[in-house]
Amino acid sequence: MNNFSEKMFNKDEKIEMALRLLYEENGFKKFKMNRFEEYDLYRENKSFLTGSDIITFNDLNGKLMALKPDVTLSIVKNIKDEDGALKVYYSENVYRSEKGSYEFKEIVQAGVEHIGEIDVCSMCEILMLAGKSLEKISDDYILDISHIGILSEILNECNFKETDYDLVIKYIGEKNTHDLKTVFDRAGVSKELYDVVSKITKLYGPFESVLSELESIIGNKAQTAMAELKNIFDILKSTDMTKNINLDFSLINDMSYYNGLIFQGFIHGIPKSVLSGGRYDKLLEKLGKNKQAVGFAVYLNLLEGFFKGHRKYDFDNLITYSDKSDLIKVFKLRDELINKGETVRIQKENSQEFSFKNIIDIDNFGGVI
Amino acid sequence: MDNMISVALPKGRLGEKVLKIFEDIGYDCPAIHENNRKLIFENEEKGIRYFWVKPSDVAIYVERGAADIGVCGKDILLEYEPNVYELLDLDIGKCRMAVAAPKGYREDTERAVKVATKFPNIAKTYYSSKSRDIDIIKLNGSIEIAPILNMSDVIVDIVETGTTLLENGLEPIINIVPISARLIANKSGYKFKADKIEEIRKLMLEKIKKNT
Repeated sequence: MNNFSEKMFNKDEKIEMALRLLYEENGFKKFKMNRFEEYDLYRENKSFLTGSDIITFNDLNGKLMALKPDVTLSIVKNIKDEDGALKVYYSENVYRSEKGSYEFKEIVQAGVEHIGEIDVCSMCEILMLAGKSLEKISDDYILDISHIGILSEILNECNFKETDYDLVIKYIGEKNTHDLKTVFDRAGVSKELYDVVSKITKLYGPFESVLSELESIIGNKAQTAMAELKNIFDILKSTDMTKNINLDFSLINDMSYYNGLIFQGFIHGIPKSVLSGGRYDKLLEKLGKNKQAVGFAVYLNLLEGFFKGHRKYDFDNLITYSDKSDLIKVFKLRDELINKGETVRIQKENSQEFSFKNIIDIDNFGGVI
Repeated sequence: MDNMISVALPKGRLGEKVLKIFEDIGYDCPAIHENNRKLIFENEEKGIRYFWVKPSDVAIYVERGAADIGVCGKDILLEYEPNVYELLDLDIGKCRMAVAAPKGYREDTERAVKVATKFPNIAKTYYSSKSRDIDIIKLNGSIEIAPILNMSDVIVDIVETGTTLLENGLEPIINIVPISARLIANKSGYKFKADKIEEIRKLMLEKIKKNT
């Protein structure tokens, strides 16, 4: 990268640009969003959003608007059935409050969406892009993959009432098999079904080993989902990503929006998942669109603090001067240093606020840099 | 980022019991028994690092990845709902979350119940499941005196033997949920240290089964 980018951008910003370049290289078109959307768009799809609080205001016509908490909904709502395949990427500021926090944050979110006809090719492409996105941040990454179809078919057989079902989903997501058993027992579900669900919840590891164990657990259930996973893996195993991919069936998104492949990305050293995505045909269905969709988001705000000390010095040079100084010398020196590619700050005295590589007192300056 | 497993232990009686379990399954750390003011203890050979924290903070350390795993009561998990894995019920520190009231208490269903508690989230969830309107008084300790001083009608608090309640003229009237100590893990840390964490879980489970 040239001197300008090297100097001006910190590591987080460089990654944002690297991601944008990655998506452009792979034929995705940039999607630019409006800053505001009508609040109704989010109100009607609250469970698709990751938080519950939205910043709202009234526009000049009195309509309730929102500072966008999400990008996907804005992309999807404008889809027309006549449109061809839409492959877009974005890098936008969204406004959300984290659970348990008392304030809103401006979060930089990058992501890709592929809307149209989704097949094994599209899904593999998205997964590879997800892996490459994580790799831009760190080599030490893990991409966890799951397929909601595996568990949803089995859970339907259990016939839980709504409150129990919500608890079951919560406990699966926590890998909490002990509390899960309590719900199953209380609802009178068979031990066989509990065994299947708890074994699947506990599975975690590389594709090859987990897939064979999974097959022995589920027998001939969820065959469509299994086939889809196998087809995807057959392609992925030709990449060098496989060492970073694990299957994790405790991964569970809101099933009213996601219906198949789902995945989450983790970086060693960052405590939350930095990437999250999946197949969300059901969201399009809810919005009355006759298309399929798959995509993911990267939460760049989580990179804050991950890369330590991006700049050793605030500026390269400080030039100090006095009333007796030859000012022409000051500005000449400044220009020479800038032409050398360095940064210069001129101050009467070193106020100790900033750190510098070189401090030059022009009155004692010999003239050689 | 090293490959040691960081464990957040709750300061106090429960934490001492938990440390013993870790030691019994082979994750001992002799330094932790030295009489000093240190808060972080490592055993490089066993690849484990412990630190003592306030019991109600264990979940925060684990959620934020400062600890890979930790042990805390189910009451803390229900109250703060941290986004963590809950890998095991250690079956120790057993007690229950209950509604307690002065002896002979009769609820006035025509108005909101005044509930004094250290666990406003748990109290709200319980009463809303009964479609009951409540007025929450959040206190930090000595909850038992609230109904005695007529500041609240009832309290929602942890009950073990019930002796404290009895001595203050209160009795448990509703059991909300049983509480015990749980092993929790950071979701991201788990991915990178799954084998080691699962080994700890398995050994702990065996130890627990043997003890019962």
